[in-house]
Amino acid sequence: MRAGATHILRDITLNVEPGEAVGVFGTNGAGKTTLLRLLATLLKPATGTGTILGADLSSDERYEVRPRIGYVGHVPGLYPEMTLDENLSFIASAMAIDHDAVLSSLAAVGLAGASDRRAEVCSHGMQRRAEFARILMTEPEFLLLDEPHSALDGNAVDLVDDLVRRTVNAGGAAVLVSHERTRVEKLATYSVEIKGGTLS
Amino acid sequence: MRTSFWTQATAITKRDLMRERRSGEVLWVTLPFGAIALLLIPIAIGTDRPTLRAIGIGMYWVIVMLFGVLIAVRQAHTESQAQRDVVALTGIDPAAGYVGRVIASFLFLIGFEAVLAVVTIALYDVPLDGWAWMPLVMVLVGLGLSLLGTLAASIVSTGRSASALVPLLVAPLSVPLLIGATQTFEAIRLGRSSLTWTLMMTIVILLLAIAGVLSARTLQES
Repeated sequence: MRAGATHILRDITLNVEPGEAVGVFGTNGAGKTTLLRLLATLLKPATGTGTILGADLSSDERYEVRPRIGYVGHVPGLYPEMTLDENLSFIASAMAIDHDAVLSSLAAVGLAGASDRRAEVCSHGMQRRAEFARILMTEPEFLLLDEPHSALDGNAVDLVDDLVRRTVNAGGAAVLVSHERTRVEKLATYSVEIKGGTLS
Repeated sequence: MRTSFWTQATAITKRDLMRERRSGEVLWVTLPFGAIALLLIPIAIGTDRPTLRAIGIGMYWVIVMLFGVLIAVRQAHTESQAQRDVVALTGIDPAAGYVGRVIASFLFLIGFEAVLAVVTIALYDVPLDGWAWMPLVMVLVGLGLSLLGTLAASIVSTGRSASALVPLLVAPLSVPLLIGATQTFEAIRLGRSSLTWTLMMTIVILLLAIAGVLSARTLQES
């Protein structure tokens, strides 16, 4: 993976099988988020090959598998002017998901009472919960979570852990990028370290 | 279940309309400034009625173009990378996303053009002959600016200077639309056929639509 002449990631070999959760650790700027966005098919590798849910990362096949991927970045992707319900309803309408699923997902993350609140007036923790509600609603097979426990309280942390376990137990997979080693290592089948854009 | 192209485009249009309803950027900022610009010209050049009548329609299109560009490109600075990532992962076809954004921009621009047309008639006392063509030309200009602005916003959306770059890119490229719109009315005033000018605008629109749809996927990746 390159930005101009600079390699952000190089010589990456990572195999995540169904039923596995992989922890990825590393310092700031090591390339963790870039790796996650690459796995989410949001970036195209400059060289090499990769397969996500059977789709070649470098070909147009990757567009087909995107709805099966659940990606939560460290910056919430909510529209601030829209309510939490509207944010999720927009995703639901684009993916042919019933509005009932929007309401039940918000309720599952403890946001039933805040569904008509605009995202811009919600705390960062609430926005993170809403992001996880989106993941619950879309029921992805491959979870890609960037700092999954950041800005969450105890209940929400348990909820995220439960989401990862359920996905993995159902035959899905997860990659968790985090600074919180202890918490993630409890969930992970194995862990890797990323340093200077290379996995070890 | 994968949704159809038009379901995806409609979802994007509804999202943009909802965001505008909440932020009021077009309604409460761009529209009043456009109307004020139309008001300032008679103040600056005087209220000589024949002069105002002569320049009215031209001023209208200049103001529509300048402020319309801002409406058409607003998405370049209103959508973050995180938001774009979420949309991409819903599996929305980038071409459907492009069409959905164009439709939303078009609706804003049509409303904007309609209000400014009323202001122009009121302030400039423009002759109403040939105004039967107005809806068609408004649609062509609105569509052209929407297609152009959305395409330009997609091209530079990931750049750090996007909000400054996009209007600079779109303004000169919208000149054929400005020429087409003004010359349509000039031809009508002179009793000539305006078909050539509306045809030129239609061709510009078709080319922009094709370019936007075909490049949507590539631009999403850039």
